[in-house]
Order: sequence, then structure tokens, then C-alpha cells
Amino acid sequence: MASWPILSVVTFLPLVGALFCLVVQGPKEAVDRNCRSAALITSLVTFVVSLLLWVHFDPTKAGFQFEEKVAWIPALNIGYHMGVDGISLFFVLLSTLLTPICVLASWEAVEVRVREYMVAFLVLETFMVGMFCALDLALFYVFFEGVLIPMFLIIGVWGGKRRVYAAFKFFLYTLLGSVLMLLAIIAIYWQAGTSDLPTVIEKMQLPFQWQFWLWLAFFASFAVKVPMWPVHTWLPDAHVEAPTAGSVILAGVLLKMGGYGFIRFSVTLFPEATQYFAPLIFGLSVVAVIYTSLVALVQEDMKKLIAYSSVAHMGFVTIGAFIMNMQAVQGSIFQMLSHGIVSAALFLCVGVVYDRMHTREIDAYGGLVHRMPRYAFVFMFFTLASVGLPGLSGFVGEFLVLIGTFKANTWVAFLAATGLILGAAYALWLYRKIIFGQLTKDSLKAILDMNRREIAVFLPLVLITLWMGIYPNSFLDPMAPAVDKLIGDYNAALKLARTAALR
Amino acid sequence: MSSDMIIGLEHWTLARPELFLAVVTALLLLYGVLRGEASTVFVSLATCAALIVTAVLLFVPYREGTAFAQLFVTDRLTTTTKALVLISSAVAILMSRAYFERVKAWRFEYPLIVALATLGMMLMISANDLMSLYVGLELQSLSLYVMAAFQRDSVRSTEAGIKYFVLGSVASGMLLFGASLIYGFCGGTAFVQISQALLAGKAAEIGTTIGLVFVVAGLAFKIAAVPFHMWTPDVYEGAPTPVTAFFAVATKIAGVSLTVSVLMGPFKPLFPQWQQIMVAAAVLSMGWGAFAALRQPNIKRLMAYSSIANVGYVLLGVAAGSEKGIQAVVFYLAIYMVMSLGTFAIILLMKRREIMVENISDLAGLGRSHPLLAFAMLLFMFSLAGIPPLAGFWGKLYVFMAAVEAKLFWPAILGVLASVVASYYYLRIVKVMYFDEGAETLDRSAFGMNRAVAFVSAVLVALFSLLPQPLSAIAAAAAKGLFP
Repeated sequence: MASWPILSVVTFLPLVGALFCLVVQGPKEAVDRNCRSAALITSLVTFVVSLLLWVHFDPTKAGFQFEEKVAWIPALNIGYHMGVDGISLFFVLLSTLLTPICVLASWEAVEVRVREYMVAFLVLETFMVGMFCALDLALFYVFFEGVLIPMFLIIGVWGGKRRVYAAFKFFLYTLLGSVLMLLAIIAIYWQAGTSDLPTVIEKMQLPFQWQFWLWLAFFASFAVKVPMWPVHTWLPDAHVEAPTAGSVILAGVLLKMGGYGFIRFSVTLFPEATQYFAPLIFGLSVVAVIYTSLVALVQEDMKKLIAYSSVAHMGFVTIGAFIMNMQAVQGSIFQMLSHGIVSAALFLCVGVVYDRMHTREIDAYGGLVHRMPRYAFVFMFFTLASVGLPGLSGFVGEFLVLIGTFKANTWVAFLAATGLILGAAYALWLYRKIIFGQLTKDSLKAILDMNRREIAVFLPLVLITLWMGIYPNSFLDPMAPAVDKLIGDYNAALKLARTAALR
Repeated sequence: MSSDMIIGLEHWTLARPELFLAVVTALLLLYGVLRGEASTVFVSLATCAALIVTAVLLFVPYREGTAFAQLFVTDRLTTTTKALVLISSAVAILMSRAYFERVKAWRFEYPLIVALATLGMMLMISANDLMSLYVGLELQSLSLYVMAAFQRDSVRSTEAGIKYFVLGSVASGMLLFGASLIYGFCGGTAFVQISQALLAGKAAEIGTTIGLVFVVAGLAFKIAAVPFHMWTPDVYEGAPTPVTAFFAVATKIAGVSLTVSVLMGPFKPLFPQWQQIMVAAAVLSMGWGAFAALRQPNIKRLMAYSSIANVGYVLLGVAAGSEKGIQAVVFYLAIYMVMSLGTFAIILLMKRREIMVENISDLAGLGRSHPLLAFAMLLFMFSLAGIPPLAGFWGKLYVFMAAVEAKLFWPAILGVLASVVASYYYLRIVKVMYFDEGAETLDRSAFGMNRAVAFVSAVLVALFSLLPQPLSAIAAAAAKGLFP
């Protein structure tokens, strides 16, 4: 085990790069070039350091590892407490992986205010990683909310035509959900006397009445983040208007904050309320899966279609997170990781043609396979991964969730499974419209295939998708003890509550 | 009683800072009158120095106790808030030179009036008797009326002064009426007497409650809490911008401090009664401050509503009535002071072709033309909106923690919801600076005092964001004084 504060290094290393970008001086081209390189190097180094987490991670332990604990605001008993377990480990890696890819993807696409752009992404990375590592409720909230600031700027400054509307909608929607969670965190603080998560879990025995309201407050925050139907409407707007890399981070990491929050906080802190509200989650998720899949079928904008497909895929995640058996919860986490890679890659695919044609209209494309064979292959690869082709990552997550769900509730499993069919329908339809057919449009005649930089962006994603699909155990095994403990604690708490009620 | 009346040396040492400030102000006034307009720069710098020295005198050596036959009290809370007031007064004077020079109103009286207002604030913060309270309050208020109208040849400024004067007099009248009722029912004006009488059973009498309501109404007017806020937008907009900054910061701190010591001191036995008033005022202020500013084009008016909203959060801490609540109040005020002074410093830098502008839309393109300034403003706006990890978030967190501890769940929920609404207009400023392209950018000015204030404030906001602990410890020590 490493003796240095590895989690803090992973969290705050990007800020070093951000600082460099802020102070670097010179003519505009030089500054732009330096900022791009600095951002890429810092985020790559961060990724390498975060890989050390995986190397040194002890996959047999259920508890938190690499823990760091320093008093931060002793007056309030708020500490700087970091740590990862099998559940959060891969989300940290996902964040550190996607950031360099985003930097690389915006290498040529972003030409204005490159310095600020790179700073925003590096700061965003710090907040994302910090959020997945935070083991103190107040610290978690700081990172969770802090994400809004760089993301607001990324959408608003470098976004599309309706960027201002989308940025405000994104910010206010998420803030509204989160402030209620803040009050719930404060209420927990007064119940437990501390905001330290492990201590809170250990000590706190909340009556159901409390759990009921606090669960709802956390739900308000995470449901917006996931996003669950019917509070998903910010997502299509934000995705469509955000620059490509912004969409990648949104779909890849920010949506996971909601699912992660449900598993880490709602389930562990409020087991009784979780059981009570599970049907509500199932209902909303099933609606999300079916309804948003149908909505995706009629979209005219490529990004919007993928955005709606994200809502549908996250529906599986929320179902799995609340089924509370081994397969479903593991499947839910795996689905989040897989979706983080696949939907990020799909947005990057849209970005490739958007950079060339500057339109996202599905009708503006067609027959690209004739000019862009490499692109056609990559796009097909990720379309099939998204649909859930066995051997690719999407299949494992959805399959595990459906197995787990089938054991607990056949109807939910049945209805959710229809989403797979609809998902195949819209994804393949999109692929056919864009890639196949005759190349009749004049504007497309001169379009160029992917260059080396773009291949470098997609290659790691392709490899990881294959790896996750063919040998998912390298990901499932490290998370198994933590998930096992989660479910064990949950059942124990329910049992305790039941015996208390009988007495 | 007669032994109290002997004014011994210890009485004077307790009021040392106030006496020092009064004497220096008088001397500087003499100097200014004799030397004329030429003395303005010296007088303003000397006043700043005197304010800073006064702040130092508060702590070196630090003394606690009551003086002048229970008229005057110093403790940790009063000392801390006095220090905040003195700092903001000194900064307000530093910020004002460029503005008044441009409008040809740079006169030596201005810093001296600020000093007199500050003296009044210090007296009212330290008041331990309804009479000394009123004397301090009026010294403050009269100076403020003059300050609002200081730009004599501007119609807006004089109008602001008159408005403030007329409405302020009504508020003073209400306060006096309430004080007279309290005197009548409790048989004394000293806080100790009032407290004893209330504990002895006078609390049940309706007259004392009515008196309390009038006193609180008068105080609410001074700190611009809803429903006594109507004067604020007009006065803030009309008054010269440096004066607005002073109104938004120093007077708020002094007024809130006075409110805390009145409510937590003599009227502690009436806690259930005044808690209702405070909760109502807090919720209404937070709500009105959030909604009324949504479509506000003028940035000074916007800051007026923002200050109303902020007072709402502070009053929520007061309404908790607990040690945590008072700690939250002091903590919030300190952070609010830094954020507001920084924001006003940037507003004072807003000029185009040498003409001061004050519309939010004038900030368009600031992110490109003045990247550092825009970044500082971005910090202030997100901080005022209470987005973590910025300092303003910690202020709100303290307040809501106190409110939840005191079981004020609904006010806390309404408060956070109002903060979401309010964040819209702070975001709008960020949007204008960064998302919009300005047709014509603001003037580039040389590095001056306002720029320095803006950057120092930004650095402080960043510092408090990462390390709120030292400030929190100061606030905790201040609150402890009220809960022995």
C-alpha cells in the first residue's frame, strides 16, 4: 500500500496544470499550444497515478482503502476524509480516463479561449474525482456542487446556439435538487454529531419518519443528476448545446454522480426508506426506459437522440441500484461504467462529423461509409455496445441487472427488457441513416476519414469496451466485497427494524 | 446608584477606541476647515489610518465590561463586529476617491462624515441602554443621510438623501415609541433593568410585546429587512456608488449587531415572541430579495436586493437564538463584507469613455477585455450565490445548520429554495461577462485603489473558501460572549 496520500494527489494534481495554464504568458498561439499540452500532460499523469490505485487496491477487502483523514473545520467537526472502496474505485478511474480523452478531442475543435477551456476541464476533473473519493458528507457536497461552476461555464461559453438557456437550465435544475440534500445532510449532522460518513453509518439509527423525509431530499438531488423521468428535461438541452467534450463529461461522469449517490448514500443511510420507496424508483425507471426510448426514435438531432438513450440506459442503473441483490447492484454499477465509456464514445463520434460539417441534423448525413470506412467501423462498434451486443460492455451490465431484477420482480424485468428492443431500434436506425445508403449529398463528397489524433482518442475506448465485455471479472471482482457488504448491511438494518417493530 | 455615577478611569479605558476616533475626527475636521479643499487627500488618508488604529485599539489591550453607569458595554461580540465595521469604513473611504474626483465632489468632509457614522455605529453596537442606543443610532443615521446626498449637484443623489431621511425618521420614531412603551412597562431604560423586569413577570404584559414589536420594526428598517426595505433600492441606486458600498456593508453589520445584542440581551425573556418576527422577516427578506431582483437591469439596484436577501439569511441565524445561530451571524457578516466590498470595487471600475455606467449589460465581454477583473467578479458572484466551495457557501451552511438545530425546518427549506432563485441573477452577471460579446468594452484603468480592493477581496474569498476555520473560530469566540 502506498504511504503517500495517493487520493489527494489524484484529486488535486489537475489543479497544478490549471495553475500553469493560468500563469503562462506569450502570444496567443503559443499560449494555446502550451495550455493544450499542459492539460493533456497533467490529465495523463493523473490517469497514470490513478491506475496505481487499481494496482494497490486490495480486492478482497470490503471497507475503504487509501483513507486520508485530516481535521478541516474542527469547530463543526467537518473533516477532510477521503477513501475509495470497490464501488467508487472505478468511477475515479472513469473520471481520470475521460479527462485526457476530452482534452484530446477538443484539440482542434476549440479555438477560442483555449486557456480558460483547459482550466475549466482540469478544475472539473478535480471536483469529479474528489466527489467520488469524499467520505465526509460536507466534503462530498462541496465537490458535488462545485462541479456546477466549471460545467456551467463550459456549456455557456463554448456551447451551441441556445447555450445560455441550456447552461441556466442545467445549473438551476441541479442546484434546486441539491440544496434540499444540503438540508438533509445538516439534519443528519445534528442527529449523528458529525458529517463523517463511516461514523454516521455506524452510529445512526434514524426512525422511519426521519428516513422518509431525508430519503426524499437526497432523491431530489440524485434523481435530477441521474436524470430520472420526469426531471430529465435539462439533459437533452445541456447535451445538445454543450461542446463535444462537455457532452462526454456530462454523459460519462456527471450522470454517474446520481447513481453513485443513490448507492453510496440513499441505500446505506436510509435502508427502511429505500425499501419503502423502491417501487417508486422502479415505476419511474420503467417509464424512463420505455418513454425516453420512444422519444429517441423520433429525434432529428444526433446528440439529442443519444441524450435520450442515456436517460433510458440510466433507467437500468436505477432499477439495479434498488433491487438489492448481488447481480442487480453489480450490474447497476457495471452499467454505469459501461455507459460512461460507450455514451462518451458515441458523443465523440458525433463530434467527429460535427467538427467537419458543423451540423448535428441526422438528415444532413447519409452514406458516410463510402468516404469514412474507419469512422463507420468505430461508430458501429459503439452503437452495438450501446445496444448490448454480447461480447461488448453494454451487454454485461444490462444482463446482470435483468437477472437480478427477474429474481426480485418479474414484471419490472419484463418491462425493462422491452427497452433493449427499443434501444436496438433507435440506435440501429440512427446508424443506418448516417452511415449507410448512397452518398448523395454534395456537401459530404469531400469529407475526410478520421485522422491519427481521432484514432488515438477512440482506441483506448474500443479496447476498454472489449475488455469489459469479454472479461468483466477484472471489474466485478474488486467491487464484489463492497457490494456484498452493502447488501448485507442493508438486510441487517431491515431485519433490525422489523424486530424492533414487532417488539 | 451614586457609586456607579463616579466616572473612574476604567470607564474611559473601556471606551478608549471610541474616544480616540472622536478626538481624531474633531482634530481632522479643524485641520480641514483651516486648510480648505487642499487637505482632502491628507484628511482621507488620515481618517483611514485613524479607523485602522481604532480597530487595533479594540484588541490591544482587549477589555470587557460595562461603563458609564451601564450605558456602554464591550464584549467579544461587540468588539468583533466593531472591527468589521471599522475595516469596511476604512475600505469604503479608500474606494471613494476616484469616484468623487470624477464627479467633482471630492471634499474633505466626506471621510469625516464616514468616520462620524462609524463612531455612531460603534456606540450603538456597544449600547447597553435604550438611550445610548438611540444616541448612537441617530449619530449614525444623520451621517448616512448626508452621505447619501453628498453628490450635491446630482438630483438622484439628493433625492436619495431626502428619501432616506424621511423614511429613516419614521423608523426612528417607531423605535422611540417602542422604547417609551418598554420604559413605561419595565420602569427603566437600561438593558439590565428591562431584562430583570421581564423576568419578574412583565414579559406577560401585552404592552411590552407591543413595545418590542416597534423596537424591532425600527431596527428592521435600519438593516433593510422586509417589510421595511422599500427605501433600499432607491437609496442604493441614487446614492454615490462608494456610499452605496458603505450602506451595503458597514450599516448592515452595525445594525445586525445591534439587533442581536438587543434581542439576545434585554429581550431574551421574550424569545418566543421575537423569534416569530425574526423568522417572518428572514423568510420574507430571502424571498423578496431573490424574486424582486430577477429582472433588474441596474447593478446597484441588484446589489440592493442582494443585500436584502443576505440580511434575510443573517436574520435566520438570529431567529435560531442559539450560540450556533449567533456564530453563524458573525461568520456570515464577515464573509458578506468581503464579497460585497469586492463587488462594489468592481462596480466602481465600470466606466466607459470616462463615464460611470451601472447597467449589468455594460459588463458584456468583460471576460475577454479584463480577464482578471472578470474572474474576481465570477468568484464574488458564485460566492454570493452560495455555491461551494466558495466562501459564501460556508456562510449559508452555518446559517442553515443553526436553523435546523433550532428546528426551524420550514424557514430553512424556504431559505435554500430562495437561494436557488437568487442564484439566477448572480449567474446572469457571470453570463453577461463571459457568454455575451460586448459591443464596446469598459475602459482600461490604471492600477488603482479599487482594483487593489477587488483583488484583495478575491484572494480573501478564495482563502476563506479553502480554510474557513480561522474565521469560524473568531465567530465562535464572539458568540460565546453572549452565552456565558
